[in-house]
Amino acid sequence: MERELETRLRAWMEGRAESRWLEKCQWELAEPHPETTQLESVRADIISTVEFNHTGELLATGDKGGRVVIFQREPESKNAPHSQGEYDVYSTFQSHEPEFDYLKSLEIEEKINKIKWLPQQNAAHSLLSTNDKTIKLWKITERDKRPEGYNLKDEEGKLKDLSTVTSLQVPVLKPMDLMVEVSPRRVFANGHTYHINSISVNSDCETYMSADDLRINLWHLAITDRSFNIVDIKPANMEDLTEVITASEFHPHHCNLFVYSSSKGSLRLCDMRAAALCDKHSKLFEEPEDPSNRSFFSEIISSVSDVKFSHSGRYMLTRDYLTVKVWDLNMEARPIETYQVHDYLRSKLCSLYENDCIFDKFECAWNGSDSVIMTGAYNNFFRMFDRNTKRDVTLEASRESSKPRAVLKPRRVCVGGKRRRDDISVDSLDFTKKILHTAWHPAENIIAIAATNNLYIFQDKVNSEMH
Amino acid sequence: MQDAKSRFSISREGTVSRKGARKCPPASGPGFQAQTLYFTPGPGAAAAADAPRGPQALLQPPCLPVFWDDIFRRPPERVTEAFTLFCLKDLSQERACGWLKVVGMRQGTMFARGLKRKSAEDGEDVEGGLAGTQATPSYSLQRQSLLDMSLVKLQLCHMLVEPNLCRSVLIANTVRQIQEEMTQDGTWRVLAPQAAGRAPLDRLVSTEILCRSVREQEGERPAADVGDGRTPGLVPGLSAVPSAQALRSPQSSLWEVDSSRENRGGFQKSLDQIFETLESKTPGSVEELFSDVDSSYYDLDAVLTGMVGSTQSGHGSGLQAFTAAATPPPGSSCRSDLGELDHAVEILVET
Repeated sequence: MERELETRLRAWMEGRAESRWLEKCQWELAEPHPETTQLESVRADIISTVEFNHTGELLATGDKGGRVVIFQREPESKNAPHSQGEYDVYSTFQSHEPEFDYLKSLEIEEKINKIKWLPQQNAAHSLLSTNDKTIKLWKITERDKRPEGYNLKDEEGKLKDLSTVTSLQVPVLKPMDLMVEVSPRRVFANGHTYHINSISVNSDCETYMSADDLRINLWHLAITDRSFNIVDIKPANMEDLTEVITASEFHPHHCNLFVYSSSKGSLRLCDMRAAALCDKHSKLFEEPEDPSNRSFFSEIISSVSDVKFSHSGRYMLTRDYLTVKVWDLNMEARPIETYQVHDYLRSKLCSLYENDCIFDKFECAWNGSDSVIMTGAYNNFFRMFDRNTKRDVTLEASRESSKPRAVLKPRRVCVGGKRRRDDISVDSLDFTKKILHTAWHPAENIIAIAATNNLYIFQDKVNSEMH
Repeated sequence: MQDAKSRFSISREGTVSRKGARKCPPASGPGFQAQTLYFTPGPGAAAAADAPRGPQALLQPPCLPVFWDDIFRRPPERVTEAFTLFCLKDLSQERACGWLKVVGMRQGTMFARGLKRKSAEDGEDVEGGLAGTQATPSYSLQRQSLLDMSLVKLQLCHMLVEPNLCRSVLIANTVRQIQEEMTQDGTWRVLAPQAAGRAPLDRLVSTEILCRSVREQEGERPAADVGDGRTPGLVPGLSAVPSAQALRSPQSSLWEVDSSRENRGGFQKSLDQIFETLESKTPGSVEELFSDVDSSYYDLDAVLTGMVGSTQSGHGSGLQAFTAAATPPPGSSCRSDLGELDHAVEILVET
């Protein structure tokens, strides 16, 4: 073990791509969603977002019914070595309710689009959750002690008969069963005309931004009745509308920089110091179209569905329909790396357009050291790409692998020609089983995969440290 | 799966037939029509580069085994409107020995790039991309079905929940792209926009134009469709389009007489209206669109069942019936309209 660590360390230091990390990786299921067995067929439980907090201790999921479920990682203990690092339900609460917009006579879905954790500043945890129109700030606190021995009230809380009180006592705090309390602290409403697709907390920990299809607003966490509009791409004439905002994020270190992606496949990096309204980008990242691959669907598949800054802040990761791309902030002409997620779908774009699958918005994720990127695909497959070794793996989140401690087996999609035994052919892919939401623990090799209404948490026990 | 390679032979008379196939009229299969064969005797690539000079002395041996795949896998030597020339190579001697002139090659592609073989029945349906030829019948058919599909998607997206703007924008851009290409090809009949004001009937009519122009495009190309039987096959599983068109055809036939009203508005205008309603905050316009488009479908259904016998009564009464349906009281009836919407959606998608 030590020798292996040594060789790997040396290889890393020498910069050689010999770690072969992905091949050695053995992903096993840590903890299936405890509620999957009963509630699988209930539509409201389709998970719509997954997010680790900054330490990775807590994992929040939002679903289509407006609920937020928070999982907490059990601390490692010597008594039960097998249960170290597994996630259990910590708290469940109803974040958003369905609403009806009377002006437009349209329903507002309660589906949670995004959850973002705030950096922890005291004993309490805070997160922002948003549906299509309203963002809410929730505070999660623990209570494990309660006072006992009141003078005026008895144990049940009823007022004592004063004549029975003969002496005074000081109430003492006694331990009690842990109780998690969640309360809404702020409601940021009426800021958006269109559907909110992303929120991002600024590194200054005071502001955050929310983006809808045409506008991006900047909020202060303490002020709910006002927000600043920092990007507005709505044309004067809606007939001229050809491009919408699809995702946005603040830079992890520079509180003045943020990026937003569009449906035409471009990324715009904006600097808030330049102007109050950041319609003019500081940098435009766009890859020229490949003329040999041009079809009627070229624009649709180039639409960026997710953008994520690397932890280092130097790179950006984007996901469009068929690829994930890594961009260097210093190079606007083209991405520095492009990985094909499921290129075998390129010949099936017409059918995918027909059944609307071409509009699916997949997310992407970095690992803690920015060396591996992950994204989801169809048939409950998800893909990981090692940027150093250029190796990739396809894994499946399914019931078969839900036996604890079972190691995930790499899967393969065969396009034609030779077919190995366990391969899946392109035509038998299940397009209703899509993995849109994935998250990676900020420090360790733990991933959370949302497959429709099941949550899978996988850990790599072999290589638990990031490298 | 058919065997990938099959030999064909060139006979003395200059006809081409596939070896093993039943005797069929020379050089005419479902895949192609080879009219004449030019042979240039003489070795080497130099001969191949020469332009064909006409039927020469017959070759020996009289039958050359040539592999079908090899011909159509290589790019053609020359492509004109009238014919396409492929170079035949004698594989045993690795030299060019003749030319195959193909006229009237039929294709069936699914936006395929490059050459792909597809075997159908006994003959061979050759699929290939002739370089540079875009407006072949089946490509236009594909493009048309894509246009139909996109228009249906745009229509169906005003449902109970506010439609996804990103999806609508992407579909609309696709439609615009097809429209531009069809305009360049000259296959798009641009309807002259009229200067009429925004009458309440306008929305109803312009939506109908949306459908009508689609149906007209299909009517223009009967030759490619007749006997083809491929239209349903090309868009498998899309039940919405045929059913929507089934709904629209009686609608359009009712309005066929009123040509002046038909030309009001245009395709572009309908597209713009869709966007305006998506973003508009005024209650009236959204409900108007709801009432005009969707509840009119519902009413269409109710009206049609009652009106089957009364179509002869003239379009006037039919139009009036639609006009009446087009202006329900706003606001309060919206809730009931939503129930009718469900019904309308069901009709449209046949679910």
